[in-house]
Amino acid sequence: MRTYFAVFRMRFIAAFQYRIVAFSSMTTSLVWGFMSILAYAAFYRVNPDAFPMTFPQTVSYVWINQTFLLWFAVVFTDGDIESTLESGSIAYELARPADLYWRWFTRACAGRVAMSVLRLPALAAAFLLPGILKMTLPPDLIRLLLFVLSMVLALFVTVSFTMLMYVTMFHTISFRGIRLTVTAVTTFLSGGLIPLPFFPASIRGIVEALPFAAMQNIPLRIYNGNITGIDVIYGIGFQVFWLVTLIILGKLAMGYSLRKVVAQGG
Amino acid sequence: MIKLQNINKTFRVAKRQSGFGHAVKALFLREYELIHALSDISFTIPDGEMVGYIGPNGAGKSTTIKIMCGILTPDNGLCDIDGYTPWKERTAYVSTIGVVFGQRSQLWWDVPVIDSFELIRDIYKVDEKLYKDNLDELSVLLDLGELLKTPARSLSLGQRMRCEIAASLLHNPKTLFLDEPTIGLDAVSKIAVRQFIKKMNAEHGTTVILTTHDMQDIEALTERILLIGKGRILLDGSLSELRKRFSDHKTLVVEYNGAAPELCEGMTLVGAREGCLTLSLEPSLLSISDAIAHIAGKTELLDVSVSGVTSEEMVAAMYKEYHI
Amino acid sequence: MKLYLKYCAINMKSQMQYKFSFFLVIFGQFLSAFTMFFGVLFMFSIINAVDGFTYSQVLLCYASMSMAFSLAELVSSGFATFSGMLANGTFDRILVRPQSSIFQVMASRIDLARLGITAQSVIILCWAVPNSGVSWTWDKILTLCLMIICGSIIFSCLFLIQASFAFFTTEGLEFMNVLTYGGREHGRYPFSIYGKGVLRFLTFVIPLALFQYYPLLYLIGRESSVYYMLTPLFGLLFMIPSCAFFRFGLGRYRSTGS
Repeated sequence: MRTYFAVFRMRFIAAFQYRIVAFSSMTTSLVWGFMSILAYAAFYRVNPDAFPMTFPQTVSYVWINQTFLLWFAVVFTDGDIESTLESGSIAYELARPADLYWRWFTRACAGRVAMSVLRLPALAAAFLLPGILKMTLPPDLIRLLLFVLSMVLALFVTVSFTMLMYVTMFHTISFRGIRLTVTAVTTFLSGGLIPLPFFPASIRGIVEALPFAAMQNIPLRIYNGNITGIDVIYGIGFQVFWLVTLIILGKLAMGYSLRKVVAQGG
Repeated sequence: MIKLQNINKTFRVAKRQSGFGHAVKALFLREYELIHALSDISFTIPDGEMVGYIGPNGAGKSTTIKIMCGILTPDNGLCDIDGYTPWKERTAYVSTIGVVFGQRSQLWWDVPVIDSFELIRDIYKVDEKLYKDNLDELSVLLDLGELLKTPARSLSLGQRMRCEIAASLLHNPKTLFLDEPTIGLDAVSKIAVRQFIKKMNAEHGTTVILTTHDMQDIEALTERILLIGKGRILLDGSLSELRKRFSDHKTLVVEYNGAAPELCEGMTLVGAREGCLTLSLEPSLLSISDAIAHIAGKTELLDVSVSGVTSEEMVAAMYKEYHI
Repeated sequence: MKLYLKYCAINMKSQMQYKFSFFLVIFGQFLSAFTMFFGVLFMFSIINAVDGFTYSQVLLCYASMSMAFSLAELVSSGFATFSGMLANGTFDRILVRPQSSIFQVMASRIDLARLGITAQSVIILCWAVPNSGVSWTWDKILTLCLMIICGSIIFSCLFLIQASFAFFTTEGLEFMNVLTYGGREHGRYPFSIYGKGVLRFLTFVIPLALFQYYPLLYLIGRESSVYYMLTPLFGLLFMIPSCAFFRFGLGRYRSTGS
């Protein structure tokens, strides 16, 4: 357990080294959120009631999406993991005491959390913005707590999918291609480009059953009130289901691939 | 002709400290320290000379080379190379020089070497006929042959270095800067590279400035040495002068039969094993013939060899004397 | 310029060595571009027009922006990897060659995989052009060409500025992505929908609107003055501050080393 904490701490320190990164992270999320909300505003002006989320709900969605962009990112450049994959020194990793899957898992979580913490001031600022840009709090504490729980689950679901991606990287040298494809697919299907409720009814059903819908989709909609009542519990259950499934798949796949690597001599 | 006068260069480097607390502090406040890389560097190198530029790591060798290549601007001082001030007239000046950075390749990694050569030809706008002549000459001298059709990534270090050197000479530069060219090479490649550089200098009159840690490079190629330490030129002289000054000790290796001989004054024991002694002689106290006569008188001499101190030892002595 | 074409050739040869990777990357980018398109499509399945622009007009805007951006990315990949060049000493090698350093950095990497996005833009353009209700006279065609070509030059300038930041800091270059990738993503809709303030900023400070919005007005017939067709050319003035910033950074690099 101590090893995992050490890994977490190390990533945190690394992230804080660069103050310009912190500044640019915050500015980026503010500007991007700003522009996205203005775009939505233009659409809502045409017909405010035509949309599956109210405008204030969309505003909250955008702000949390932007601040926690890296939290929800399946593809996140983690230098060390990727250089290990690239150099093929997986064999050395196996010599270490802690389990590889969980080590990478912790590391991946740590990086995302650290980078998201850097952006929190931007979220705080969003509460103070004027007019339509203003971010709002959920109506009650319970909802907020459920939101936090859902966020943590979302992080784990995201990272467990990342682990599957890393396993595929054991077998190819084309990381860039994989990263691009995975980013495109996961961002879109998890509601990162536009919220899932905005998808046409015909495909919404399928999309909302996929593991990607267990990532940012659930916590953001719990927060902004788009998911209410018993659906909140169903949503969290959905996340737990996919979390367990993806972890099992990931561990199996990694185990299989590692055995293959060892058999071939690395 | 290369002329440097009173060149100074100071760097400002941010300090980084470890630990969580410091990391957060670093978000708001930065501390810097000043590093005096070069202090009052002056020397002149006439056309066609080969110079060895030596010194410990961090002494300022790369900094000087970068200034001479036009990559870095000094704080003050004069640098005139064939009428150019390197950092001022960059594009005009760099057509006249060739550079080999030992650790970093200038060849495109995934394509055959010949393709890199042709692109270099076009970058330097080398006349087609001249390029062909140079390529032929370089291929023969460096034994490039089949290597030309191979991608750089498939070459061994020795093969790649030969191609790198060829690449830097395709445009007939007047001056050649070699930054650790033999690093990591096997013995055969090192000899090939040295012989080639010597030939280039002899036939084309290329001025060569060589930085290296390998003293055998220096011995094989250069007569003149510039020693830099902590940003200053400490020595500017010929190899033979330095030899006389720093290495008057002689090493004597004696093989004998029977009892080990006693030593007398002027001899120091450096190493011993069964039937063999290695001694260091101080020639001012004891001449070589006296030393041999003394030992012959104490035991049955089987074999004797006399040699000067190695260049490495000489350089170590130099560094020690100058505290660098 | 002939030398540039030679760089293209060597880049192409280099990248074609890894055929599988190459095509996977193109596929990934194609996919990524299409998801953005779906985003636009979904929004327009809910309402019909935004700020007076119909779906096909918005697609025209989106396609030309996308095309301009992908061409810029294709050509400016060298700028994207510039901080790496500084770090590993490749830039020093560039400084020792008798060619303009900006040119060499640009030519060092021509990322053919970006063609994936270019292909997608062409497809969307092919749909949008006949369906936009624009009567394609020679002046309209010229306008579209100016939008795309000047657009790619201006985006390249933004990439150059982003690369130039690498002279000053080793991290935090992602800040500029707001203008480059942000420009492309938010530019999928005509810039007027973001309000007057944003439009003015994108006209006078970062001239994205000069090739995305004003010529669009001319294309769809909302404005008939010829000046609206020529605004992209004014945007080209942006090259001056971009190159100046790079040279400024270069001067600093040569003074402080690496």
